[in-house]
Amino acid sequence: MAKQTALYAKHLEANGKIVDFGGWDMPIHYGSQIQEHNAVREQAGMFDVSHMTIVDVRGPDATAYLQKLLANDVAKLKETGKALYSGMLNHEGGVIDDLIVYKMDGWYRTVVNCSTREKDLEWMARLSKGFEISLTERPELAMVAVQGPQAIERVKQVKPEAAGLIDSLIVFQGKGKGEWFYARTGYTGEDGLEIMVPEADVAEFWQQLLDAGVAPAGLGARDTLRLEAGMNLYGNDMDETISPLQAGMGWTIAWEPAERDFIGRAALEAEKAERAANPQQAMKQVGLVLEERGVMRSHQKVVVEGIGEGEITSGTFSPSLEYSIAMARVPVGTADKCLVEMRGKLVPARVVKLPFVRNGKQQF
Amino acid sequence: MSNIPAELKYVTSHEWIRLEADGTVTIGITDFAQAQLGDVVFVELPEVGAEVEAEQDIAVVESVKAASDIYAPLAGKIIAVNDALVDAPEMANEDPYGKAWFFKMEVANADDLNNLLDAEAYAAACE
Repeated sequence: MAKQTALYAKHLEANGKIVDFGGWDMPIHYGSQIQEHNAVREQAGMFDVSHMTIVDVRGPDATAYLQKLLANDVAKLKETGKALYSGMLNHEGGVIDDLIVYKMDGWYRTVVNCSTREKDLEWMARLSKGFEISLTERPELAMVAVQGPQAIERVKQVKPEAAGLIDSLIVFQGKGKGEWFYARTGYTGEDGLEIMVPEADVAEFWQQLLDAGVAPAGLGARDTLRLEAGMNLYGNDMDETISPLQAGMGWTIAWEPAERDFIGRAALEAEKAERAANPQQAMKQVGLVLEERGVMRSHQKVVVEGIGEGEITSGTFSPSLEYSIAMARVPVGTADKCLVEMRGKLVPARVVKLPFVRNGKQQF
Repeated sequence: MSNIPAELKYVTSHEWIRLEADGTVTIGITDFAQAQLGDVVFVELPEVGAEVEAEQDIAVVESVKAASDIYAPLAGKIIAVNDALVDAPEMANEDPYGKAWFFKMEVANADDLNNLLDAEAYAAACE
């Protein structure tokens, strides 16, 4: 039996087409993925992301523990509520998962992926040896992402008591109000909030947002939005065999201070030296644009003439641009053109810098 | 539940076939197929005049989610294709049995029509 979130009945009510996603029954769309995508780019849409795993890290060694566990450095978080995106690496420098960590009042809250929950919890517990910390999963918290240019206004409209708190949030910051937690984060490239809500309250909150004109959006739209925003999807764009350096996550590695010995550091330093010594062997992440007909898909081969080969890690039809876009891992020497092997044919594609779309506008 | 009109014939690869008065057939994809695919964004159709075998892949429909081949349900010759569908592929979602027909064929062997499924048998195949 797949697990269901506290919003499952609301998804059925809204005619959600339910699919299995990492052991959860989740809506892939509620009729049209493209309309849901456009609602988020143009107005406001909401996603049930209650399947994601929230783990609170408390204790006197919480900071030191996370400085060991994560490639990014939680010491960068000065203000309470500020969030950091990071990879959690293995000793070989591969990505076990990507996550967000919020600095709370003397403790931290992390949000990890649902498909990786078990191995993440096991790894986090294993690495906690020698640190005085506690790890507490928060399955009783549901989570709703409200995203789009009107998202924040709509949430303030249905939660007037939180309006002041919401107005005080800077980008990538979250604050709690009772058991509720409002964060100005997301996975769409639009402004908006991710809100953690006690399970018992979430169906009413969802209905209030519906009544305020926020469109329910499924996992399908979530994928096209994040791809346009150039955001990685764990398992597609990186995994335990891919280092952050090959997955466009170099910016998430905090190399300084040099004495901070995070898991994977030695492997990453060796890889960095190897990339400098043999750049023709190294791989990087780029965006691809196909301006003719057809849709690029993950695992299609990329051929860069005179340079080498790569692979598409995520590909789709972009509803905002109305042609196909993809993220790909290609040789570092790749310039502005490549060929993609699609259905037995090599089709020319343009190589661009990510992201494709931010705040409703084309970026490349 | 998906819509399966009683007056049409079907194949298990989710194409519908309408027998026209002049003996030709019109072919499209079923409501079940479009629902499985989700938003259709591109359609590639065969050449008019092409001689095709039964079960040959002769067209492609791409949704946001996946690419899917369209098969000739019968052997014969392509006599018309729906260019309007190429320009407005979303019709495949909106009107799969009407405006979103894919192509028309002259059937090589009229006996082959007996091998097609009726609505009831197709509904069972979708279970």
